[in-house]
Amino acid sequence: MKTVTKGEEVQIGNKIDKPKRRSNRNFIDRIPNKAWLGISLLVAIMFWTILSVLPSTSRSFPNVFLVAESIGTMIERGVFTKDFASSLISILSGFGLGFVLSLPIAILMAWYRPVRFIIEPWIQFIRNIPPLAYVPLVVISAGVGRTPQIIVITIATFLTMTITIYQGVRNIDQTLIKAARVLGAKDKDIFLRVIAPASLPFIMTAIRLGTAVALTSLIAAESTGASAGLGMRIRALSNTFESSPMLLYIIIIGIIGLIFEKLAKVLERRLTGWQDKVE
Amino acid sequence: MAGQGRVKLKIDHVEKTFQSRKGEVVALNGVSMDIMENEFVSVVGPSGCGKSTLLNIIGGLTEPTSGAVYCDGEEVTGVGTERGVVFQQYALFPWLTVRGNVEFGLNMQGVKKEKAYEIAMKYIKMVELEDFVDSYPKELSGGMKQRVAIARAYAANPSVLLMDEPFGALDAQTRTQLQEELLQTWEKEQKTCFFITHDVDEAIILGQKVVIMSARPGRIKEIVDINIPYPRNQETKMTTEFLDVKNYIWSQVYKEYLAVKK
Ligand SMILES: Nc1ncnc2c1ncn2[C@@H]1O[C@H](COP(=O)(O)OP(=O)(O)OP(=O)(O)O)[C@@H](O)[C@H]1O
Ligand SMILES: [Mg+2]
Repeated sequence: MKTVTKGEEVQIGNKIDKPKRRSNRNFIDRIPNKAWLGISLLVAIMFWTILSVLPSTSRSFPNVFLVAESIGTMIERGVFTKDFASSLISILSGFGLGFVLSLPIAILMAWYRPVRFIIEPWIQFIRNIPPLAYVPLVVISAGVGRTPQIIVITIATFLTMTITIYQGVRNIDQTLIKAARVLGAKDKDIFLRVIAPASLPFIMTAIRLGTAVALTSLIAAESTGASAGLGMRIRALSNTFESSPMLLYIIIIGIIGLIFEKLAKVLERRLTGWQDKVE
Repeated sequence: MAGQGRVKLKIDHVEKTFQSRKGEVVALNGVSMDIMENEFVSVVGPSGCGKSTLLNIIGGLTEPTSGAVYCDGEEVTGVGTERGVVFQQYALFPWLTVRGNVEFGLNMQGVKKEKAYEIAMKYIKMVELEDFVDSYPKELSGGMKQRVAIARAYAANPSVLLMDEPFGALDAQTRTQLQEELLQTWEKEQKTCFFITHDVDEAIILGQKVVIMSARPGRIKEIVDINIPYPRNQETKMTTEFLDVKNYIWSQVYKEYLAVKK
């Protein structure tokens, strides 16, 4: 519904600005949004094809068909599903742990000044360090395998989500809390019936950012001597200069990211549809 | 109605000093007055003279630096459900529907579900929002939101209603309409009302008394009795009685306004 409104606004604007080219405009305006997605995809594939032909880039960008074919190659080698599953397990457990930890810590930070003053600077500090930098340290203590992967993703998602939720909870409209108190709400009611629902939008944002961070830290996490995984495989393939499956895996990571974002948005709309959001 | 009955709110030498970065700010400098049961008191005064501070102290949301407020003879030490508040920014819970908002106070007070529903619907009808029972605040206009806020305050059944410029953000027409609705409600279900406004017309049309506060540090400059009989409506604003008292209050408020400018 929102996009339709936007389209109408654009139309009105165009009509006022350039009445002469109206018929032309109407043709473009009549293309439905879904079709634009297809057009955008076509343009991207065209661009990709150009890259696959140019001598200077062709070795990094095998053409569409070669990349599509490489799915078969990877399945034949018996690694495709393993890589996919392994990465998904690491991402989901790391993200899940990060979320479960960030929620109480963020709330404690928002409510207790000492907790806030002691923890916040360090969270901000570590948050800015790329996970790849501390991976070796994690490996020294946690060894190789699944554990260090999950730890790295947990750290990265925890930091991002904690800051996001904490800032949200701190910015809750104080008049809402006052309004609840004058209506007879006790501390427990304030927490459950005001703070919790008022924080929900920020928690949803944190989830969205958290999944994105989980994905970006995946490559770092899988450099811990993983035996399978999308990120691990890309590194392994680089040793043999197999650019087709590499590109395939990169695109798959992108698609996973897209799906996570869509899922998070659906959840957000479901749970916080009451929000007065300007989109 | 005025001048009889018993004292509902006793404001006794209330002083309030805020510590700010620029030093101390004296917001209230010895405010005393009695408000009778079921009396409607309007408060006007220049911006920053401490009106909101006084309301917050009566509501128990702010502590006075010295002095005290007594409600039914008992010292106010915190919020209490017998003192309802309507905020200027509506302060509706955006995640609750109109009904959820109006029922909130009843739920807090442990009223049974069916009873709460019944009471909530009564007040939703009173503010003429029965078609919006299940709407969320984001789907309502400013005037409708403020109606919900009033219904919510009423549903919790306070005996004192504290209102801080509740119509300040509304257009003139909606404002007039809500003034009449508020008056009708008050005449039906009497409560002690403490109503802050910037609008002298609004103060007079609603109040039995208009309290004029002086520029900072806030003090009560004068309390003007409005002896215009109820029911009052828009036509009341054309009467000479109204215009005379309006002229008088205006000139007093204007003096205070000039004092602020200096
Ligand atoms: N929490 C606070 N900390 C410091 N100073 C404050 C605080 N609250 C109010 N003040 C100061 O106290 C004075 C009175 O404020 P108050 O909000 O009561 O004024 P008001 O009469 O309601 O003004 P307005 O009509 O603009 O709403 C102002 O000078 C304000 O700066
Ligand atoms: Mg104020």
